[in-house]
Amino acid sequence: MQFVIYLTFIIFSISMVLVFIRLIIGPTLPDRVVALELLASIIVGMIGAYAIYTDTSSFIDVAIVAALTAFLAAIGFARFLERGGPRND
Amino acid sequence: MIDWIIKLLMLSSAIFTLLAAIGIIRLPDLLTRMHATTKAGALGIALMMVAAMFHFFDAVVSAKGLAVIIFILITAPIAAHAIGRAGYFVGIPVWDRTIKDELVNCYDEDSHRLLSGLETEEELEIYRQNLDLKPRIRIKQKSD
Repeated sequence: MQFVIYLTFIIFSISMVLVFIRLIIGPTLPDRVVALELLASIIVGMIGAYAIYTDTSSFIDVAIVAALTAFLAAIGFARFLERGGPRND
Repeated sequence: MIDWIIKLLMLSSAIFTLLAAIGIIRLPDLLTRMHATTKAGALGIALMMVAAMFHFFDAVVSAKGLAVIIFILITAPIAAHAIGRAGYFVGIPVWDRTIKDELVNCYDEDSHRLLSGLETEEELEIYRQNLDLKPRIRIKQKSD
């Protein structure tokens, strides 16, 4: 069990690094917003894995809150982009 | 037995998330990148929550996990739709090998309205007449 959990964390970390590369080089602002959203998804998955690792079920609540804030951030960014505002990619 | 199910679910969750990350790096433009991230990311979260539900095997945790899964399944398409719409309308470059773009010239930048491109003359006339509609939110004027 331990080995599989460590492997899961390693794969999640690799995907986090890849998404972070896109967050830095992303040519436009919407690309960066999509990268942020995927980063939030990865964090929710990692929280689930950590809940299994530590055998603490309370971390699932943290996952709910993280997913909620990610959704709100995505909607806010989308409104900001569509309604205009100072843009500097 | 249930240990193996949990291991399988965790590993497949991680691998689907890795696929999403590879997609966001490798694919050529915003819309194809979103195609990779939204579906694979949502499936990754859902599989991890199912793994947690099997691990704790408890009614409360199962309810919480189901809440997360349903929430993700509802919100991921909405967020993707909002970002894709906004990104298309601010004029992100699409991939140069895109074959068909049906939304060309259908969006009015000033009034933020989207036509379908299939309107009859009559409907277009109504649209033009209503172009100067006031915004729905009105600022209250002081009465005195």
